[in-house]
Amino acid sequence: MSFTAAAMAEPDDTSLLKVTHLTMRFGGLLAIDDVSFVARQREITGIIGPNGAGKTTLFNCITGFYKPTIGRLELFRDGKVAYLLEQMEGYAIGQKARVARTFQNIRLFAGMSVLENLMVAQHNKLMLASGYTVFGMLGLPVYRKAERAAQEKAVHWLERCGLIDHADLSAGNLPYGAQRRLEIARAMCTDPVLLCLDEPAAGLNPRESAELNQLLLSIRDETGIGVLLIEHDMSVVMGISDHIIVLDYGKKISDGTPAEVQRDPAVIRAYLGEEEKE
Amino acid sequence: MEYFTQQLINGLTLGSIYGLIAIGYTMVYGIIGMINFAHGDVYMIGAFQAMIVFLICGALGLTWVPLQLALMLIMAVIFTAAYGWSVERLAYRPLRGSPRLAPLISAIGMSIVLSNYVQLAQGPRPKPIPPVIRGGFQIMESDAGFVVQLGYLQIVIILLTVALMAIFAYLIAKTPLGRAQRACEQDMKMASLLGVNVDRTISLTFVMGAALAAVAGMMVTLYWGVNEFAMGFVAGIKAFTAAVLGGIGSLPGAMLGGILIGLIEAMWSAYFSTEYKDVAAFGILVLVLIFRPTGLLGRPEVEKV
Amino acid sequence: MATLTMTGAKPVPSTMQIAIKEAFLTAFLVFMLSFLMIGFETQAQQGQPLSYVTRFAAIVWGIILVPLGRILIVFNRHGRPMPALIGGGFAFLYLFGGAVIAILFDVLVIPFNDYFGEAAGAAGIPLPFADPIVDAIFGLGALYIVILGIQTMRHTAHGELTLAQREAKEARTALRAKQISMVLGPALLVTALVLPFTPWSDRVLVETMTLILTYVMLGWGLNIVVGLAGLLDLGYVAFYAVGAYSYAKLATEFGLDFWASLPLAGAFAAFFGVVLGFPVLRLRGDYLAIVTLGFGEMIRITLINWQAFTGGPNGITGIPRMTFFGVPFDRTPEEGTQAFHTLFGLEYSTMHRILFLYYVILGLALITNFFTIRLRKLPIGRAWEALREDETACRALGINPTNTKLTAFALGAMMAGFAGSFFAVRQAFISPESFVFLESAVILAIVVLGGMGSQVGVALAAVLLIGLPEVMRELSLYRMLAFGAVMVLIMLWRPRGLLAHREPTILLRRGGGKAKPRKAGATA
Ligand SMILES: Nc1ncnc2c1ncn2[C@@H]1O[C@H](COP(=O)(O)OP(=O)(O)O)[C@@H](O)[C@H]1O
Ligand SMILES: [Mg+2]
Repeated sequence: MSFTAAAMAEPDDTSLLKVTHLTMRFGGLLAIDDVSFVARQREITGIIGPNGAGKTTLFNCITGFYKPTIGRLELFRDGKVAYLLEQMEGYAIGQKARVARTFQNIRLFAGMSVLENLMVAQHNKLMLASGYTVFGMLGLPVYRKAERAAQEKAVHWLERCGLIDHADLSAGNLPYGAQRRLEIARAMCTDPVLLCLDEPAAGLNPRESAELNQLLLSIRDETGIGVLLIEHDMSVVMGISDHIIVLDYGKKISDGTPAEVQRDPAVIRAYLGEEEKE
Repeated sequence: MEYFTQQLINGLTLGSIYGLIAIGYTMVYGIIGMINFAHGDVYMIGAFQAMIVFLICGALGLTWVPLQLALMLIMAVIFTAAYGWSVERLAYRPLRGSPRLAPLISAIGMSIVLSNYVQLAQGPRPKPIPPVIRGGFQIMESDAGFVVQLGYLQIVIILLTVALMAIFAYLIAKTPLGRAQRACEQDMKMASLLGVNVDRTISLTFVMGAALAAVAGMMVTLYWGVNEFAMGFVAGIKAFTAAVLGGIGSLPGAMLGGILIGLIEAMWSAYFSTEYKDVAAFGILVLVLIFRPTGLLGRPEVEKV
Repeated sequence: MATLTMTGAKPVPSTMQIAIKEAFLTAFLVFMLSFLMIGFETQAQQGQPLSYVTRFAAIVWGIILVPLGRILIVFNRHGRPMPALIGGGFAFLYLFGGAVIAILFDVLVIPFNDYFGEAAGAAGIPLPFADPIVDAIFGLGALYIVILGIQTMRHTAHGELTLAQREAKEARTALRAKQISMVLGPALLVTALVLPFTPWSDRVLVETMTLILTYVMLGWGLNIVVGLAGLLDLGYVAFYAVGAYSYAKLATEFGLDFWASLPLAGAFAAFFGVVLGFPVLRLRGDYLAIVTLGFGEMIRITLINWQAFTGGPNGITGIPRMTFFGVPFDRTPEEGTQAFHTLFGLEYSTMHRILFLYYVILGLALITNFFTIRLRKLPIGRAWEALREDETACRALGINPTNTKLTAFALGAMMAGFAGSFFAVRQAFISPESFVFLESAVILAIVVLGGMGSQVGVALAAVLLIGLPEVMRELSLYRMLAFGAVMVLIMLWRPRGLLAHREPTILLRRGGGKAKPRKAGATA
């Protein structure tokens, strides 16, 4: 088992994130138990598994919310290891390593407008352009230009996510599906190299869900970034993932293309069997 | 050594008083997640009421000390509890579900109202009463003739505190009220769906906090022998510091924090300077929070995202 | 009314039954609250043991009046506002009116007591409480009942509010707050600018307005910390103290004048903000509150006890007064130097300095305001607000929470430092007594009551909280009581503050030509 995992986890030029022997322990509970895998650029890596399998915990480790008990999280740039995520502060992972994420329970800046949410996402870039507030205070053209550019990027993603009509509305007042899309738009505004989506389709109706898949595929194809996608619904994830990792009780039980995973008896036993109960 | 022992005794006594007030803060914080800013003033009112009962006893000719103490205790607790209830009803309940700062401001307003109300009703001057319990054991004597005193009053204070803690631990752990309280702490909405009367539970939490503050007020009336309308503020922030130091939301933590603050104060006054004793207490609070953000006995809080 | 059903359900109690039950409970509560605290007035006389006098009459009146009011409220709640309107109205007129007459009579007649005799002060109106102000308070309680009655009358016409209606109502309140702000802001500004030159302006008025403006400035400064960044700072007065002592020391020891000290005082305060903030800003909201409160107290205690540097409890006296950019406002300038009035060829007047102080604080406050409004629209300001909304999401977006909070803390501290210098130069005397927790609480109350983040709201709240008690000096003893009560009442009435509303810092329709026409109703 660990043999095949190691084989799958061999990095190459297109590798983006390499996770090795990741383990996360909460008291007596092993939320993630020795998980290793590689995620690549221009690929959607689906992460599936029943409730409580440790998927969100995996994201929390990657994005620095939890310090892993054991394990390595290497982020590659141009085929070379550029960042060791497990050693970085949470915010620096977003700022320097450019890993962006969404949350299972939507976390928008509810009292701020939709457009403002996207401007906040470009904070670091704008902060620099505003000369750490000095130029901005003086109203220098450098800053005004940067702000205009930021707004254009925001508008771009608003259009892509079908939110342009709501730009000046407060984020908390959006319908649920729109809030999910806004979270993705906000993550994309940080110019990520790796986008981690935690159950983005949860609570969406079938039509919205299909639109979401289209959006994710186009993000992959146009920007070439890597996407980690946690999904509950097997059919969705099978449809758009290039590569799937299956977790169960914190362990990786399968890793491969959708077709391979679908045939894997371990998956059928653990996952599909489980799903009927839900 | 003898000097140290004496300070230890004094610190424990003072700490018991702070601890009792701190429990009120910690319980309210545990259940509604708010600092009850008026709690220090409720304690002050407790002290005043205990003092008034003492005076009434004197006027009625009840001079048997245990009876006096019992009456002070019972009356102060009952009448101060009414204040605790009213504070919740006026400053907190109407604002449940409002932005977080709203109840905080209304509680600060309430605190201002209460202390000025007492100033108006009872006058601004400090009120001295004669010592009720005198004497004590002499437990040690140094070569230089320094005598370590363990006053009877100090024994009464410490024993009463221990007894109250025991009763409280039982209340919280074993009674339906305690269960309801713990349920509300976990998840108020869920508790109410499961048939817990949330309003009543919160009211009772304030009432219990006020009752303990009244006991602390009575003790302080006996111990220092002077009350004034502004005494609630300093005691209040120290007790709140104690609650945070011990880990807010935890009852043993509040007691531990109270005793630590009492000891720090006594020791610092004895060995360094009386003036900076409060600075020391806050300084230690800051240090503890930096290294253990949830206080000494607080449950570590990992935010689930 | 009461009907027994077949299933044996309890009979529905009638309004009267409920009212009587609640009246008894209320009477009990009034008794509990008042028996010891009101019934017995302790009296401490020098050299005598503590004694008391009883005041049972007041308790009896309380136990009669408050439950009666409760009965009116119960009837009103059950859709019968008439008793509230009539009973409450009568009680209000009698108690409040009677109290006002009694007070006026006292004020007008007491000087002539020798002629009219002692009885004159009572004005002959039998009022329940010995102190007419207490009667007046009960009268106001009755007025509240009348207002409840009027509300019921209005609502029954409209029927009960549905959820959607309530939401719409909230939106309307926000809209109204916005409209009021748009009118009130310029109105307040114009008033502030011209009032000193209107005929009814005098020294007291200008000094009161100077005081109010000091708090407006403090409120705007704290608004950055609490309103924008959402950091609960209960020790804001510490930075005010740092600013005041900085100026006092710089002026008395190094002979710097106000204008040279001002930036330094601001810098010191900001430095303190950073030093204090750095270790504690990672703490969660309420821990931050207690730690800042602790810091406030620590600084105050240090000011009291560090005799050599701060002058201890006596403070620092003889702080050089305000100059007109170096030119003093003295009556008789030193040989060979100019004073303000000789420079401008004016008649000497003490008002010159007072007016100049007034315009200085107005200018400082307006700069603070301008600064804050601009900051809000810059990345740092948006990051503050985002942190207030959701710190976790901020971290995921690569925003460094500690640094961002620290800037808010330091800038807020700097504003307080400026205000503190101004305070020191105006008073020419400072002592630790001016920097107690109550000051922090008042400033925080101004921010929250005004409506967090609303600049006009802060100004309005400062006028209410600082101006009204100044106007009501007559009430002397009851002033602070009223102050606290107003804080509670405003919060109950408007939990989000008086003028709570939020404008986005950037709107699509202004820039970016790509904007499509928005759907109707897309504006909040
Ligand atoms: N901060 C935490 N403290 C304790 N246990 C946690 C924490 N976060 C997650 N867990 C536990 O880890 C397990 C995996 O949770 P999670 O990663 O959320 O699962 P999912 O796959 O549904 O996203 C669960 O049993 C959960 O209770
Ligand atoms: Mg999950």
